[in-house]
Amino acid sequence: MDRVKLVIDGQSVEAQRGATILEAARQAGIDLPTLCHHPALGGGGACRVCVCEVVGAKNLVAACVTPADDGMVVWTNSKVVREARRTVLELIIASHPQECLTCVRSETCELRRLASRFHVDPVRFARRREPLPKDESSPSIVRDPSKCVLCGRCVLACSVVQHVGAIGFAHRGIETTVEPAFGDDLASTKCVACGQCTLVCPVGAITVKDDTDAVFEALSDETKHVVVQVAPAVRAALGEEFGLPAGTDVTYQMVGALRQLGFDAVFDTQFSADLTIVEEGHELIERLNNGGPLPLITSCSPGWINYMENFHPSLQDHVSSCKSPQQMMGAVIKTYYANKAGVDPAEIVSVSVMPCTAKKYEAKRPEMQSSGYRDVDFVLTTRELAVMLKQAGIDLRNVHHRDFDHPLGESTGAGEIFGVTGGVMEAALRSVAFALAKRPLEGLELEPVRGFDGLREAELEVAGRKLRVAVAHGLANAEELLRRIESGEKEYHFVEIMACPGGCIAGGGQPFSQDPEIRHRRASVLYAGDRSKGLRMSHENPAVKQLYREFLGVPGSRVAHELLHTTYCHGAPAHGQPATARDVSKTGRSR
Amino acid sequence: MRDAAVRSPQARGSSAVDASVLAQVDAVIERYRGKEGALIPVLHETQEIVGYLPRCVQSRIAGALRIPESQVYGVVTFYSFFAMKPTGRHKIGVCLGTACYVKGGAAVLQAVKQASGADVDDVSSDGRFGVEVTRCVGACGLAPVLSVDGDIYSRVSPDSVPEILARYT
Repeated sequence: MDRVKLVIDGQSVEAQRGATILEAARQAGIDLPTLCHHPALGGGGACRVCVCEVVGAKNLVAACVTPADDGMVVWTNSKVVREARRTVLELIIASHPQECLTCVRSETCELRRLASRFHVDPVRFARRREPLPKDESSPSIVRDPSKCVLCGRCVLACSVVQHVGAIGFAHRGIETTVEPAFGDDLASTKCVACGQCTLVCPVGAITVKDDTDAVFEALSDETKHVVVQVAPAVRAALGEEFGLPAGTDVTYQMVGALRQLGFDAVFDTQFSADLTIVEEGHELIERLNNGGPLPLITSCSPGWINYMENFHPSLQDHVSSCKSPQQMMGAVIKTYYANKAGVDPAEIVSVSVMPCTAKKYEAKRPEMQSSGYRDVDFVLTTRELAVMLKQAGIDLRNVHHRDFDHPLGESTGAGEIFGVTGGVMEAALRSVAFALAKRPLEGLELEPVRGFDGLREAELEVAGRKLRVAVAHGLANAEELLRRIESGEKEYHFVEIMACPGGCIAGGGQPFSQDPEIRHRRASVLYAGDRSKGLRMSHENPAVKQLYREFLGVPGSRVAHELLHTTYCHGAPAHGQPATARDVSKTGRSR
Repeated sequence: MRDAAVRSPQARGSSAVDASVLAQVDAVIERYRGKEGALIPVLHETQEIVGYLPRCVQSRIAGALRIPESQVYGVVTFYSFFAMKPTGRHKIGVCLGTACYVKGGAAVLQAVKQASGADVDDVSSDGRFGVEVTRCVGACGLAPVLSVDGDIYSRVSPDSVPEILARYT
């Protein structure tokens, strides 16, 4: 391996050639501040907070974009560096609203932390720009451009990681902003509501639409029966908000906390994940037997659904008609559960806690009320739940452990792994293989579909039939997978797409983190949960079986279709631009 | 997001530009399609054809070049050369570079606004003049400098402005 040797702050450091000074310094235990560079995005060179002195260089250099070189002598903490850094921060703060006390990012703001770390005091410059209007048009994401520090992280996340490009830099100089094309509001763009921008924004310029007050209000309304469902990925990350190490499973504390908060029943979205697998597995087998259309593409990630509708509407017949587990649970709560519990569905307020911002948009889709009632009334992100618990004085480390309520709290290991990329595929294959071969797969853990490579594929033989499957996460990876499928380069039977890189565990509503290992840590919770369960195939879930016996009949029945399935893409794509995809089915590759 | 369909810029803006003009724009896009760095030359040539870059045209270019509208809009708003509003039949440029400024460029600009009836980056109501402020044109010895459709007028006094503009109908 080609390495370079340099000296940073008097310390001899070795780094791989091509590494930046920032990377070399961090490797040596020197934590340089960054505001625009983010480990998950790369990028940088915009904020100048990481400037360093390189002996022999004419000017201070930005450590995040300057390659470390042999023989380099770098000072990261000299007087001139400290002064420059402080001035840079002072200038950024001067054009930033001083609303830190009440800002939603107050505690997690990277700018505020840097200001205090580098002791910027006083700010000598007056604010030069008029405040810009807030954009609250989206049901998922709020833009507050007055707080924007123009670091560009959200632009990278949206255009490079997610291949959406709903927002970009516009105008110039002091007038520069990050905004949608033509200064439109976010709701009129092709934004897919994935919320990845909210995860990387260092300040409070892009945040999640807050629904905590509405949920508090429902909880204090004694005439309402307020129930909550929690997605698998939430239990793998919520602990981080309470100072627990990443990778701590807080399932039972979380249920206890939700009970303490006042919910009348706490259900597990893993139950409806199992239900989704039964329905989607049934759909896949039907398509395999009836000649397509194939590949069948999963539909549980609403960010992906939005992407499909905005960019690949011709794929709609390939996307499973199954609602997402959140919406399935919602529909079951207001029908089956209402009946069982003897509660008028009109009195039920159905809340969900999700790692996801697009779920807020999904819950508001007009068609999501086939029972006559809204499937889901309010969606909270993991971060919002943490806010509510803290407001209520509930410390997750200090609550009674409780288990989910029956019957919608029962789940198998397959439902648990839904929260990580590849998990839906693995869960589906376990049950589909069983249905086709009448026996379980030899190893239930399907290694080829696990991991965090952007695109993964596998081929397995089930009952004499070869099944080719593929998994993509992050929409730029999904775009590449769709290109391969559309060009005929690849043929698959079943494809899983999740909008967020890593899947739901790294969804737009999860706790902030710059730990490059975060996805592994959170995934390990779900995989451990799967291993610890007695039942690991969705169709074995006794509560799901009971639901079919007592209410739905059989998978794919009329009732199931009415409540658990939907039609995507019934609207026009947002901007009526030429679709970037040709219709896959036109290539005549029904298998 | 889907509820945007009703507000789609294409639904709203297509009629603003004539179909035959759009065909010329399409021909420009076709020539650059698939080439790296196509956006700026396409915008440049399109502006020569249409006169400016209304949002329907930007959306068309974004769609055809398969790049986000936000990126096209970013480039259009970054370069002062690109205009999103129609320009007048005659383009007046008033230099406010340092030399012109100290020699009274601001007063010349005031006179131009008055005589033309157009504000900076705007068009007079009769569509005759469009006014913009230019950076240094490199003729500092002749300051203050005024240009109309590329004709350069040097050592302009505010009083002479109406007479200069009268030459352009």
